[in-house]
Amino acid sequence: MPPINFKLKPIGIQSYLRIFRGIIMAWETVIGLEIHSQLNTKSKIFSGASTEFGAKPNTQACAVDLGLPGVLPVLNKEAVHMALRFGLAVNAKINQHSIFERKNYFYPDLPKGYQISQFEIPIVGKGAIDISTKEGGTKMVGITRAHLEEDAGKSIHDLYEDYSAIDLNRAGTPLLEIVSEPDMRSAKEAVAYAKKIHALVQYIGICDGNMQEGSFRCDANVSIRKKDTEELGTRTELKNINSFKFLEKAINIEIERQQDILEDGGNVVQETRLYDAVKDETRSMRTKEEANDYKYFPDPDLLPVDIENELLTEIKNSLPELPTEKKNRFVSEFGLSDYDAENLTAQKSLADYYEAMLNDGADAKVSANWVMGELSASLNKNQIDIQDSPISAKELSELVKRINDDTISGKIAKGVFKDMWEGNGRVDDIIQNQGLKQMTDVGAIEGIIDGIIANNSEQVEQFKAGNTKLLGYFVGQVMKATQGKANPKQVNQILNEKLS
Amino acid sequence: MHTLSVAELSKSLKNKEFSAVELTQHYLDRINRSDLNAFITVTDELALSQAREADAKLANGSGSVLTGIPFAQKDIFCTKGVKTSAGSKILDPFISPYDATLSHKLNIENMVMLGKTNMDEFAMGSSNENSFYGPVKNPWNKKMVPGGSSGGSAAAVAGRLSPFATGTDTGGSIRQPSSLCGITGIKPTYGRVSRYGMIAYASSLDQAGPMTQTAEDAALILNAIAGFDEKDSTSAPRDVPDYTKSLRDSIKSLKIGIPKEFFLEGLDSSVEKVITESMKEFEAMGAKLQEISLPNSTYAIPTYYIVAPCECSSNLSRLDGVRYGYRCKDPKDLNDLYLRSRSEGFGDEVKRRIMIGTYALSAGYYDAYYLKAQKVRHLISEDFKRAFKKVDIIMGPVSPTTAFELGAIKDPVSMYLADIYTLSANLAGLPGMSIPAGFSNNLPVGLQMIGNYWSEEVLLNAAHQFQTQTDWHSVLPENI
Amino acid sequence: MSLNKEQVKEIAQLAKLSINDSEIEQSTIELNNILSLMAELGKIDTDHVEPMAHPLEMSQRLREDVVSEADLSEEFQAIAPKTGKQHFLVPTVIE
Repeated sequence: MPPINFKLKPIGIQSYLRIFRGIIMAWETVIGLEIHSQLNTKSKIFSGASTEFGAKPNTQACAVDLGLPGVLPVLNKEAVHMALRFGLAVNAKINQHSIFERKNYFYPDLPKGYQISQFEIPIVGKGAIDISTKEGGTKMVGITRAHLEEDAGKSIHDLYEDYSAIDLNRAGTPLLEIVSEPDMRSAKEAVAYAKKIHALVQYIGICDGNMQEGSFRCDANVSIRKKDTEELGTRTELKNINSFKFLEKAINIEIERQQDILEDGGNVVQETRLYDAVKDETRSMRTKEEANDYKYFPDPDLLPVDIENELLTEIKNSLPELPTEKKNRFVSEFGLSDYDAENLTAQKSLADYYEAMLNDGADAKVSANWVMGELSASLNKNQIDIQDSPISAKELSELVKRINDDTISGKIAKGVFKDMWEGNGRVDDIIQNQGLKQMTDVGAIEGIIDGIIANNSEQVEQFKAGNTKLLGYFVGQVMKATQGKANPKQVNQILNEKLS
Repeated sequence: MHTLSVAELSKSLKNKEFSAVELTQHYLDRINRSDLNAFITVTDELALSQAREADAKLANGSGSVLTGIPFAQKDIFCTKGVKTSAGSKILDPFISPYDATLSHKLNIENMVMLGKTNMDEFAMGSSNENSFYGPVKNPWNKKMVPGGSSGGSAAAVAGRLSPFATGTDTGGSIRQPSSLCGITGIKPTYGRVSRYGMIAYASSLDQAGPMTQTAEDAALILNAIAGFDEKDSTSAPRDVPDYTKSLRDSIKSLKIGIPKEFFLEGLDSSVEKVITESMKEFEAMGAKLQEISLPNSTYAIPTYYIVAPCECSSNLSRLDGVRYGYRCKDPKDLNDLYLRSRSEGFGDEVKRRIMIGTYALSAGYYDAYYLKAQKVRHLISEDFKRAFKKVDIIMGPVSPTTAFELGAIKDPVSMYLADIYTLSANLAGLPGMSIPAGFSNNLPVGLQMIGNYWSEEVLLNAAHQFQTQTDWHSVLPENI
Repeated sequence: MSLNKEQVKEIAQLAKLSINDSEIEQSTIELNNILSLMAELGKIDTDHVEPMAHPLEMSQRLREDVVSEADLSEEFQAIAPKTGKQHFLVPTVIE
């Protein structure tokens, strides 16, 4: 008799480990973000060429942007002011004496062979920002620095056979690179931080936040280490992430990749990795195989930037209400929950819309539910920015008012909302034309209820025998008979009276 | 005509002794007959059309003092529609699509550009032997170099192929060729003349200035080209005086400092003799001489040859064969495009300086080289600050020798020593000047004058006074 | 500090210059000669000296945020060694 051969299924011990590694290995993730925020100045940071997006290739690249022989940079005042706005908004140390340096490397979309950036002394030093955690608390994320620099042009690889095409329209667009401390511990936290910065730069009017057009770009530095260790693991830098969804995905994929390597006894290589959204993977950028030596040195074409105290005061006074301040006010002034207030203030445009409704006399809580509920859902579904919403704040506030004054029920209101969205008129007209007004005539409702009681004697008996759950059935019948126009409160009350 | 100074030509044009077109044609003929190789490009047609415009302005009396004056433009200044090569093969195909601020300023005076002058490639050199377009000959002796890097400009003026020329000076490139060719040249204070459109060699050292027959001409030209330019962040927002106003002031009681470090070993004794005698001339005019010390100026060579290569290694990165200029044939990939375009396009000295600069800025060496040099640079400029508390002007030799033979200096380091007295003014950003002060073996010797910041007036005044007492500046080479 | 041939090759690659094997010997000697000239600076005590990146003690001037440049792309494309439809072209870059 042959020996019984027990064989494990070829799933492998590593796979089991991987499944349980959260418990067994106890890894901690460490994430820092570098956010490149394009400043929405009219002209470029060092030239008078336009920064407008979407122009024909190279039509917005002037002699300076092209790095013609002999041209020189002159710094855009607005770019400096915008950097200061950001610095003051995150309570950062402002370096009142900062310098521009050259970061030297060769690349076809980098016209001068160097990028003008800030290295030793950035204009914005250490600051911090609070993010909300999933546990409902807040967490402070440190901002290491924020510095001004020029954007590069674009290389397009699929336009010509055998050639890469260079478009320098973007070259010289001002960027504020916001570098965080490695304070985030999960992809979710990283996204929360990125969203917070995203909201902030729009609040203070320095960036349009358009991630599709590349106005707001995130690079993530990701490493993992054993829990309860101090030392940071080797990190990789993830690039090419153009949405918050991809940011979360890319980080999680990278965490898993690093865990695989470390648990297989390997070493993580410090490198730059591109996130490929189509394949949902990160891969090494081979073009960076040469050792990077950027040979930073002060740009002799530019002098130190000196900021006077008066300018700082002036800019500080001109800052609008910031997201955190606004959130706190929404809680104290409108009695919203932390969660609702956080959501409503995540985008300035959303908060503005909401406040416009309240200014028009709509109820705070009901408005909050409608803005975050129906309105946000419809906007998301149709990929429309709130600024372009087909329903204005004033119109939505009318709808909310009709709910609050019992003209229509919440359920009917959803239908009205749909009509409004489709452009079928204003709230009161829709209610009027479709006869949606709630029945307030007690006699009429009583008549309908009497009829239903008479036609459902079996259910009435059961109810009276103690099956009180059947009340819902009667309410349903009434609503059906009135096409939802009866006031549910009233219906309940009358039914209770009549059935007892 | 060609022996007249700018000031004299201006009067003659105004008095209609000859037209701008006649004057221009005269110079174009001289250039075409010349074998000095002073020009890379001669812009005959442009010059004649500019001359016609100038004549029209002169006829209706709307011209300025410089209208119709021909000049030679160093090929480092961008000139719209005209090849601007900076003496390099890599820019040989480059027709500039824009004008440098300096070019523009001369244009609005309705001056006449005869052509673009030869120069050491990207202004790197002291003999004009580093040009892609071949060496320039010294009009005083055609076996000799004219100096560099503005060698073509100096030879053009000395050979009277142009009434004056423009130059740039990063480590002596106006003063040294002026000295070797027996003309007058001034490098203004850093920030006085716009650098916009002047192809950068070392941005924190480069400064443009006129190369002329006389100090008076230098004042006239500087009036036209100096001044704030919003396109240049390093341009000083300061008023520009009329430099011709103070030329005739007395220099009695002018305090002249003579740095002992400029008279050490290495200075040719016949040059020293000429310098000493010119000092006596100043003394005779009432100036007071005193010895001073610029102890750190002896470190100017190593300091300069770190700072300038560092800046140039970065400045020349834009020459990559992508957007303009020379591109190698059939590059097989991007790296090949870069490597061959640059290696085929740059000459040896330029490559050497790019290599030195790249090394000095690279990780691990930055502190030892770049940062160290910038610290010593500070010490060098502090020496000058101390000196200018005691004296109004500093004088000494421009170059340790007179013009040397073409091909005589092959070792790069020996060539660097030719700049020993001129570098420190650039490192500090101070104005400096060279004026003809005598001859040694039939070759001209220049006297260097260094002034305090923004004191070009003092230099021009002293130079003009010297030129009223001496005639070294009006001695001509043979057969002119 | 003196450079060996390998270092000279690395520097050349960093500077995007090619040096062939016949030139490398001479280049290394020349660069080392130049560097020996620099060694002199080591003699100076600069411990408490600020580096001077610039001769002028001025601050950076700020430009008003105004679009002042016209579209000159045709002129710029005309002087480029290789262009497509409004693009500068280089051999395909693999990322």
